[in-house]
Amino acid sequence: MKIIKICSIILSTFFVSSFAIASDMKVGFIYIGPPGDHGWNYQHDVGRKAVDDAFGGKVETVFQENVPESADAERVMTQMALSGTDMIFATSFGYMDPVINVAKKFPNVKFEHATGYKTADNVSTYSARFYEGRSVIGHVAGKMTKSNTIGYVASFPIPEVIRGINSAYLAAKAANPNVEFKVIWIFTWYDPAKEADAAKTLIQQGADVIMQHVDSSAIMTVAEEEGVYAFGQASDMSEFGQNAHLTAIINGWAPYYVKRVQQAMDGTWKGGEQTFDGIGAGMVIIGKMSDKIPANVRKEAQAIADGIASGKIHPFTGPVNKQDGSPWLADGEEADIGTLLGMNFYVEGIEGDIPQ
Amino acid sequence: MDFSDINFSLLIASLIVAATPILLAALGELVAEKSGVLNLGVEGMMIFGAISGFIITIETKNPWLGFLCSSIGGMLLASIFAVVTQIFRANQVASGLALTLFGLGLSALLGQSYTGIKPVAFPDMHIPILADIPVIGIILFQHDFIVYFSIFVVFLIYYLFRNSHFGLIIKAVGENHDSAHALGYNVILIRFFTILLGGALAGLGGGYLSLVRVPQWTEGMTAGAGWIALALVVFASWQPFRLLIGAYIFGGITLLQLNLQALGLEINVALLSMSPYLVTIGVLVFMSARRNKNSLEAPKSLGKTFFGL
Repeated sequence: MKIIKICSIILSTFFVSSFAIASDMKVGFIYIGPPGDHGWNYQHDVGRKAVDDAFGGKVETVFQENVPESADAERVMTQMALSGTDMIFATSFGYMDPVINVAKKFPNVKFEHATGYKTADNVSTYSARFYEGRSVIGHVAGKMTKSNTIGYVASFPIPEVIRGINSAYLAAKAANPNVEFKVIWIFTWYDPAKEADAAKTLIQQGADVIMQHVDSSAIMTVAEEEGVYAFGQASDMSEFGQNAHLTAIINGWAPYYVKRVQQAMDGTWKGGEQTFDGIGAGMVIIGKMSDKIPANVRKEAQAIADGIASGKIHPFTGPVNKQDGSPWLADGEEADIGTLLGMNFYVEGIEGDIPQ
Repeated sequence: MDFSDINFSLLIASLIVAATPILLAALGELVAEKSGVLNLGVEGMMIFGAISGFIITIETKNPWLGFLCSSIGGMLLASIFAVVTQIFRANQVASGLALTLFGLGLSALLGQSYTGIKPVAFPDMHIPILADIPVIGIILFQHDFIVYFSIFVVFLIYYLFRNSHFGLIIKAVGENHDSAHALGYNVILIRFFTILLGGALAGLGGGYLSLVRVPQWTEGMTAGAGWIALALVVFASWQPFRLLIGAYIFGGITLLQLNLQALGLEINVALLSMSPYLVTIGVLVFMSARRNKNSLEAPKSLGKTFFGL
């Protein structure tokens, strides 16, 4: 009797749990900051909500905000995996090694890591060709500046950020040959006080258009106060600068998230993949362009965006020299993906050094 | 590279703004330490002041009320510290650290629905006539009320400890609380007062950060400003005017390194980023080295618990 009882308990738990797995998939997201930042994290959360909407009750999403890029990330992901999460999206570069470590411990959990380059059997990476968007806003910046000085607040000297500066510079230079870039590195993704200080400094040194590769809306707020122009980063930030906001590079993660979760449910999800999509795939979206931009410039910018989307235009097309004057791209040559992913040099014309 | 790109009068004007939160918090801590209380919770009181002021400003659309409430917020947190250390005689260092952690956590919780909102602008006060003087007008006379207030507090505290009877009592309590008690002064009451004053000033400094300097709310936005304020008090050897100089040097070097970067100066950026800390400490140590020794020492009862009841 006893044995039958135990067997039935084991069997019933088995059925219950297998039933639960079949009808319910749990997807976890970890964010570097608060989803209310109106920037980077906000857009990842938009993607998460799109997953919620797309699959109705079949997929449950959970998220953890303000996860530091340290051992804490490992702890949070381990906790998620232990509590039955089937798939985890880690949405910041610095989660790279923690993702690889946790993925080793949980081979059945699928990991997606944003903007990194390390993969495994159960880890895929995804990133957006933000430099395509930077090329479009670079053109707008070149046309809009009256002082011919464009300020650029940069975070860390990693290839993604350097690529963005180069792409924006080439486009701005093509639009306005007299343009000059001033770059300040602040070594943080998110510190509103520092971002604001850097923006004010650039404005005091004559910049009248500010570009940013940091996450908060502080720079937009400063630009509005000081009467200069700026661009939304990751999200539309026009509510922080009705007059200052020219347009925005918006990160469109939703289609990718829905697709990957669908693949995971169908069993077609694969690890070791590296997705790198741009304007064409809708991962980079150019926001609404302000009326402050003259109509012909708006048209030109749109044409560049369309050209990039269809593949007719590549932001890095020769002739382009490196900063030291050595040739990089010959006339008509397009940059290869390897150089772009590992970019560690300025193109010719940008002043200053990249900090090491 | 062209140094003419740096507008020095604007640079000095903005360093004053950048230094004001640290200056206010440090002034509060100075008074508390003069009475013998070491409150390591400055960072916590600042950030709690930042969120209190921000919430009130958003809800009432009145930045003046916001600043008032950031002071009250700082005082609220300080009052916890005062009760714990003065009545229950807990260790001041441990309680102060706990206060910082508590303030950071509580402000993050309260601020959850306040990220990404812009507060009502706090107007600059252009002082008539003086504001129009070239260079000096831009540097000194086109700031907002809180900047003037912070400088006023420097003078006030200087006067307090230099010329007033009450300042003497505070110093007596800080130098030797048993003697002060024997003379009939209420040590606990006086320390309660200085701790609350410290909280109010730290909270105001935090409010200045979230309402003027950035201006928006972000979790952990003080980013160590409270600790810098604490260090400044020691390096300024408990003297308000040195504190003013120290805070402005810190703010100045911070902004100068951004300016040099924008000029494309070929110096290691990491070196530039740590220069504010190095230069501030260096200058204040140099200033201290030239004075006679007695005026430099910490209050003798600093950090000690009073058991005299």
